[in-house]
Amino acid sequence: MAKMKALVCRECGKEYPTTAIHVCELCFGPLEVKYNYDEIKKTISRKKIEAGPHSMWRYHDLLPVEGAVDHAIIGPHAGFTPMVRTKNLGAYLGLDELYIKNDTVNHPTLSFKDRVVSVALTRARELGFDTVACASTGNLANSVAAHAAAAGMQCYVFIPGDLEAAKVLGNLIYRPNVVEVEGNYDDVNRLCSEIAGEHRWAFVNINIRPYYAEGSKTLAFETVEQLGWRAPDQAVIPMASGSLLTKIKKGLHEMQALGLVDNVRTKINGAQAEGCSPIATAYKEGRDFFRPVKPKTIAKSLAIGNPADGYYALKATAETGGAMDMVSDEEVVEGIKLLAQTEGIFAETAGGVTIGVLQKLVKQGHIKKTDVTVAYITGNGLKTQEAVVDAVGRPVRIQPSLVNFQQTFKMGKHGQGDA
Amino acid sequence: MIKVRIPTPLRPLTKGQGEVEIVGASIDELINQLDSAHPGLKGRLCDEKGELRRFVNIYVNEEDIRFLQGKDTTLKDGDEVSIVPAIAGGR
Repeated sequence: MAKMKALVCRECGKEYPTTAIHVCELCFGPLEVKYNYDEIKKTISRKKIEAGPHSMWRYHDLLPVEGAVDHAIIGPHAGFTPMVRTKNLGAYLGLDELYIKNDTVNHPTLSFKDRVVSVALTRARELGFDTVACASTGNLANSVAAHAAAAGMQCYVFIPGDLEAAKVLGNLIYRPNVVEVEGNYDDVNRLCSEIAGEHRWAFVNINIRPYYAEGSKTLAFETVEQLGWRAPDQAVIPMASGSLLTKIKKGLHEMQALGLVDNVRTKINGAQAEGCSPIATAYKEGRDFFRPVKPKTIAKSLAIGNPADGYYALKATAETGGAMDMVSDEEVVEGIKLLAQTEGIFAETAGGVTIGVLQKLVKQGHIKKTDVTVAYITGNGLKTQEAVVDAVGRPVRIQPSLVNFQQTFKMGKHGQGDA
Repeated sequence: MIKVRIPTPLRPLTKGQGEVEIVGASIDELINQLDSAHPGLKGRLCDEKGELRRFVNIYVNEEDIRFLQGKDTTLKDGDEVSIVPAIAGGR
């Protein structure tokens, strides 16, 4: 029996076949994959997972693709990134057990997007598409372009006009059609929703979205396995559309329902930048709905003013006793530097947001010393160099001379002054 | 006349048309007019209380009406209105 039963509307419960649709035609609610958990439960086990490939595809049983064979998978190396137990950052923040889930080194495009794109393109090909597309703030476009190149699929990526240089180049190198739209991400997204209605393409975050979004669950699965089959007490997650946060919660609870982990009491915490914080602001004001905003922040990968999953992100945080907060652009830069200088991990701006909010939640007493805490670092700092270029100083420039070197560092001749 | 772009899930109600022309001095009125021309449309866009559903976004000349006056946003001849499902996107 197939592991996918149907697509089901999260709002009204109407069921649909597992095709390339994402919206309920009755109430416009989002469609989500409904699995045959009874079947999955019969075969899934820790042992089976541990014997699987060294990638997120070790959780194949819980991902919405039909083919079981490896060669059908687009992006077979995505995921299973390091779970770094911090020493210095944990000590600095006063946390006994702080982990960094390090997707700055995800394969092949250095962000967590390789997870969702691997699922989306695999599913798109199963559904018979030969052209893939996306609306993106950069990381998603990079990943779609790379995977499409490897899979030999046609590709269109739509990006806002103000992206970081590395994220633009990180599309062009794979030679997709790169469409720069004069406007912000929300403009791009609306345009793409309209284009998706006219062309039979696989828009990974529109008509393929029910499948695509499921890829984020693998961050939760890996967390549990890498912590030694434990769920953390606290998860700190950056929010753009809010989808990642809701899927990490879903992944943790799926594992519990399937008997792979006990006692999931993880508090799901959300992080945004002040310049674009519709979800965190709604949380702070005690509302269950958000007001859209016009983004203005250096954390461009999180700059979604009209977050599709904002409502569900608020719900996930409330249900788990989590919290949300936001940080200024200056705090984003400080967060990036802190992570780099304590743990040697260079995150992009979204990572700065996560670290900044992590700090705030510790300070507020929401995250306690003994809480097992995981901070999700979703993208690589080399892609957003503009954000920190003025905050890291310059190299020390010297002549190629020993004397010049020693003088510059005020050292004596035989190493005196070295101490 | 106002040009209204209809999203895929609503096209069964507009005989498959992706764009319809309609009169209306505000979004509220436009929705009522749409419903007269294409019965059932209002029930899809609005809940029982007549409020726009959570996952429906409406744009006038590319601007989200939540940045304008919501359902009271006024319309003039030649304006273009888009109805777009909110669920899309994710960086």
